[in-house]
Amino acid sequence: MNKLIDIAQQRILVLDGAMGTMIQRYKLEEEDFRNDDLKDHSESLKGNNDLLSITRPDVIREIHAAYFAAGADIAETNTFSSTTIAQADYKLEHLAYELNYQSAKIAREVADEFTAKEPQKPRFVAGSIGPTNRTASLSPDVNDPGYRAVTFDELKVAYREQVRGLLDGGSDVLLVETVFDTLNAKAALMAIDEECQERGVTVPIMVSGTITDASGRTLSGQTAEAFLISISHMPLLSVGLNCALGASQLRPYLQTLSDHSDFLVSAHPNAGLPNEFGEYDQTATEMAAEVEEYLKANLVNILGGCCGTTPDHISAIAAVASKYQPRQLNVLQN
Amino acid sequence: MSIQTNDTIKPLKLSGLEPLVITPEANFVNVGERTNVTGSARFKRLILEEQYDTALEVALDQVRGGAQILDVNMDEGMLDGKAAMVKFLNLIASEPEIARIPIMIDSSKWEIIEAGLQCVQGKGVVNSISLKEGEEPFIYQANKIRQYGAAVVVMAFDEDGQADTYERRIEICKRSYDLLVDKVGFAREDIIFDPNIFPVATGIDEHNNYAVDFFEATKWIKANLPGAKVSGGVSNVSFSFRGNNVVREAMHSAFLYHGIKAGMDMGIVNAGMIEVYDEIPKDLLEHVEDVLLNRRDDATERLLAFAEKVKGKGKVKVEDTAWREGTVEERLKHALVKGIIDYIEEDTEEARQNYDKPLHVIEGPLMDGMNVVGDLFGAGKMFLPQVVKSARVMKKSVAYLIPFLEEEKKRSGNTASSKGKILLATVKGDVHDIGKNIVGVVLACNNYDIVDLGVMVPAEKILDEAEKQGADIIGLSGLITPSLDEMVNVAAEMERRGMDKPLLIGGATTSRVHTAVKIAPKFTGTVIHVLDASKSVGVASDLLGSKKDALVESVREEYEAVREAHANKQSEKEHVSLAVAKANKAAINWDDYEVPVPKQQGITVFEDVSLAELRNYIDWTPFFSTWMLKGKYPRIFENPTVGKEARKLYDEANAMIDQVIADGSLTARAVVGLFPANAEGEDVQLENGTKFHFLRQQGKKGKGVPNLSLSDFVAPKATGKQDYMGGFAVSIFGAKEIAEKFEKDHDDYSSIMIKAVADRFAEALAEMMHEKVRKELWGYATSESFDNESLIKEKYQGIRPAPGYPACPDHTEKPTLFDLLEAEKHIGIKLTESNAMYPASSVSGFYFAHPESKYFGLGKIYKDQVADYAQRKGMTVEEVEQWMAPNLGY
Repeated sequence: MNKLIDIAQQRILVLDGAMGTMIQRYKLEEEDFRNDDLKDHSESLKGNNDLLSITRPDVIREIHAAYFAAGADIAETNTFSSTTIAQADYKLEHLAYELNYQSAKIAREVADEFTAKEPQKPRFVAGSIGPTNRTASLSPDVNDPGYRAVTFDELKVAYREQVRGLLDGGSDVLLVETVFDTLNAKAALMAIDEECQERGVTVPIMVSGTITDASGRTLSGQTAEAFLISISHMPLLSVGLNCALGASQLRPYLQTLSDHSDFLVSAHPNAGLPNEFGEYDQTATEMAAEVEEYLKANLVNILGGCCGTTPDHISAIAAVASKYQPRQLNVLQN
Repeated sequence: MSIQTNDTIKPLKLSGLEPLVITPEANFVNVGERTNVTGSARFKRLILEEQYDTALEVALDQVRGGAQILDVNMDEGMLDGKAAMVKFLNLIASEPEIARIPIMIDSSKWEIIEAGLQCVQGKGVVNSISLKEGEEPFIYQANKIRQYGAAVVVMAFDEDGQADTYERRIEICKRSYDLLVDKVGFAREDIIFDPNIFPVATGIDEHNNYAVDFFEATKWIKANLPGAKVSGGVSNVSFSFRGNNVVREAMHSAFLYHGIKAGMDMGIVNAGMIEVYDEIPKDLLEHVEDVLLNRRDDATERLLAFAEKVKGKGKVKVEDTAWREGTVEERLKHALVKGIIDYIEEDTEEARQNYDKPLHVIEGPLMDGMNVVGDLFGAGKMFLPQVVKSARVMKKSVAYLIPFLEEEKKRSGNTASSKGKILLATVKGDVHDIGKNIVGVVLACNNYDIVDLGVMVPAEKILDEAEKQGADIIGLSGLITPSLDEMVNVAAEMERRGMDKPLLIGGATTSRVHTAVKIAPKFTGTVIHVLDASKSVGVASDLLGSKKDALVESVREEYEAVREAHANKQSEKEHVSLAVAKANKAAINWDDYEVPVPKQQGITVFEDVSLAELRNYIDWTPFFSTWMLKGKYPRIFENPTVGKEARKLYDEANAMIDQVIADGSLTARAVVGLFPANAEGEDVQLENGTKFHFLRQQGKKGKGVPNLSLSDFVAPKATGKQDYMGGFAVSIFGAKEIAEKFEKDHDDYSSIMIKAVADRFAEALAEMMHEKVRKELWGYATSESFDNESLIKEKYQGIRPAPGYPACPDHTEKPTLFDLLEAEKHIGIKLTESNAMYPASSVSGFYFAHPESKYFGLGKIYKDQVADYAQRKGMTVEEVEQWMAPNLGY
């Protein structure tokens, strides 16, 4: 933690870009998502990208390497959906720990290779903890607003297992990201806290929320400031925003976080807004120009990319980030 | 304990959907107390009777009455307190107006507190924990609360009981504080003490100093326990005066006045039960303060006596009901936008009586209201939980109308079976269904049978059910981006299964463009994007009625156009250098290509083409669009709105054609030429020295998609193969003279008609000549046989792009073409200064014969190509920029 926070005081840290966008380039088929153990699995597995850490580790390794080569300091593990809850769609709940462990291990190995080559620029691994596909504070049934498809405890148990795998696999930091329901994030934070207390360790935690639309709210209805307050009970390394919006649309909400946060501030926006096809077509240069506005206003400490971003984007972002000083903390952390 | 000065203490920050930051400057935070079964008999009854809707209104009243935090307490022996807490908090979470503020989870049972903590996404307050059971559970609970992320109220209570003196209060608070800060690591600003507000004026002397002790303890806490806040249950103090709200309100107000002066930060109060301090009558205030501040021994007796005189009703709750004054439409809209369910049934009933049919209420004011909701959501002025509430109001209103709809059906004898069965589902991976539900309601109201499969439905289940239930139409919905892919998947699955049911696409992220470009091509059946619920009925009734073919065909054509426009737009987004574009030219295999040698090389002139023959080549669809009638010939005649008008125009046009054929007032002339040629870069060099200059697309292309230039379709010189290209110019003479005659007679209609007819003839002549070239003059397609429709759809081999049009937008190539064809000499077509053709009813262009030649849009070009082109053409860059202005990408 100290190392990471020390570096973050000196320069802006660069997070990697989209995993899914890169995986798409490989044009993988159903058989790429299967190995001997899964060859007779009843469900279609294509699209379960997290599974590639087991069935096609070469692909995941290559993608991490491409991002590190583009200038990323931190790689996110390929574990966005590696909880029992999210894997239930594929009937792969039993693989949750394994997915997290293998994904973290792959990222760890690639990070270490790069650190060995460039000791002056150590590379880090962030264990990615996604929101799952269920919401603890919203009902999926419009007629029954009191109903919940998942409970806090169910989420906590699932997250705890994910955290175990991520830490055992060698994550340096845990990233609770794409938070669209803050209650899910709070369950993740509690799972992390419990696991860390049990292990007697301190692991830096990053939290990144998602403002879903022009209302400036999370999906569960919180404003950026309310979101920040709701997760500030844990000693975080950083708080930030990712996904749903492009860099320029994210800016006002990032400003709010920057104004009120006692933690480092991170942002990994999408490559613009999706077009009619849900595709992202903002170029690296365009995105870097928008991100530069954050830097000019001194809003961030950690920058990266979400949906639609590629090593080109990260390389452009890293280049522009190197020209600016990181945001200063409101209150110095101990 | 670490010593820290007050100025390094952070403010207490709480949150619901919105933040509540309690700074030292914040005067006083109002905690709403009516949602407490121990404090409110009404609320207790509502919860015990499971009237949660009404119980929520109690909460809403608190928020509207000014509560900044909402206290919720379910401690009641007859109640499963844990279940009630969870249910009520979950319901609150879906009421954005209530969920806006932080929740205070109030219970003496840890089990209930923890269950409550698991339901709030914001940072709330636990009320309360204490040292009552000793340090161990206190520390355990405090640590859990820290992990859940809440502030905590600590009662001045320890193993020996509740603190009732100043000394006991400060002793317990200090001990609790030290444990929290040092042992648990609790944030100091998140600690709130409740140093016990007890009733005064009870007649027991020991109670007389309770309020004073509270004020003093508050002062001590604020001075000695940095960051800590002070709260209390205010209405306790006036317990002796139950039934006398005038005195109670005065006591609450005066207590708060002094409490706040002492440093009290927040209190649990009935916001509707506080008088404004300055408005308390002076004599009453004096009596009240005598009691609170324990200023005289007979204070209690004196207040009791005085109280008899001022018995009254107290404050009357005022609710903002101004919106109830509006028209029923305005009220329905207000209720939908604000999500107010209270009056929806009476308003719906009123609307029902005002409208002819119950269905009109839905299609009228209710849909109008939902459209406003949709607009506000789109503009970011509403957020999802609010929209969900609106949907609920809508549903309730519709539910009220349904019996009337049934009755209406019976009365009108319209008990006829349903108009068809429509299956609806939100696709796999998506949980959003508001829009889908609205569509379902609207369709059901229109007599369709609805099978709603709900949310997160896999493709397989959708299609299995559709087959099993014999659905006539399948409707897919989705709100999030990945749903778009899933819809494509469903379409592909339908294709694989060989299904032919129409597929409707709807939902916030869906679009006509996405449907046309990505979904429709996957499925040979019908795919239609439906913009919103109001459009669904029209589409469904057309699809299941006699207009099906017309709708299907028009959608198909529309989507084809959308795809084309999209492809052109795509190419403009990003561009590549001319060098890169050149390297990505059309990959035509010239080695294996056998060049067809034109049977008739050089120029051929057609002096007077038979109009009687030519009329068979007319494409009528553009004729109708000239007259602003949309639709495709001949189906346009069946169109209910424009069909009749179209038929009339068509008949009159044909009458005019008969006339001009009979009197010979129009003449059709054409010149075509075919010449040996080879491509050199983007130029095509003719053997006779003429050189045409073309341009190349510079948009960034996907893999395997070339950057086209027309020159790609002629064999490059380097291949050593002699290739050919052609040109043509055709014209209809005489129209202007006839038009002028009509104008003289003030017959503008006929004037436009003759020009439109002449234009059609010119296009028909170009079509006819092209056919002649393919079959005879060049003769590479001697055996081709197409009907006119296929000709119009350009199904044949080879193209005839015109200078000034998308593939070769530069008009300055026209003079070269005209010189080559000697067009003016042979048939009398002239070019104006701006390279327009005269007569106006003229068409000119190039012929390319290669089977891979095709029409395309050039799109934007950039400086490198403009410079290159200027050099090739011997023009200045400025001249090129002037002519090519619409195509400049910079």
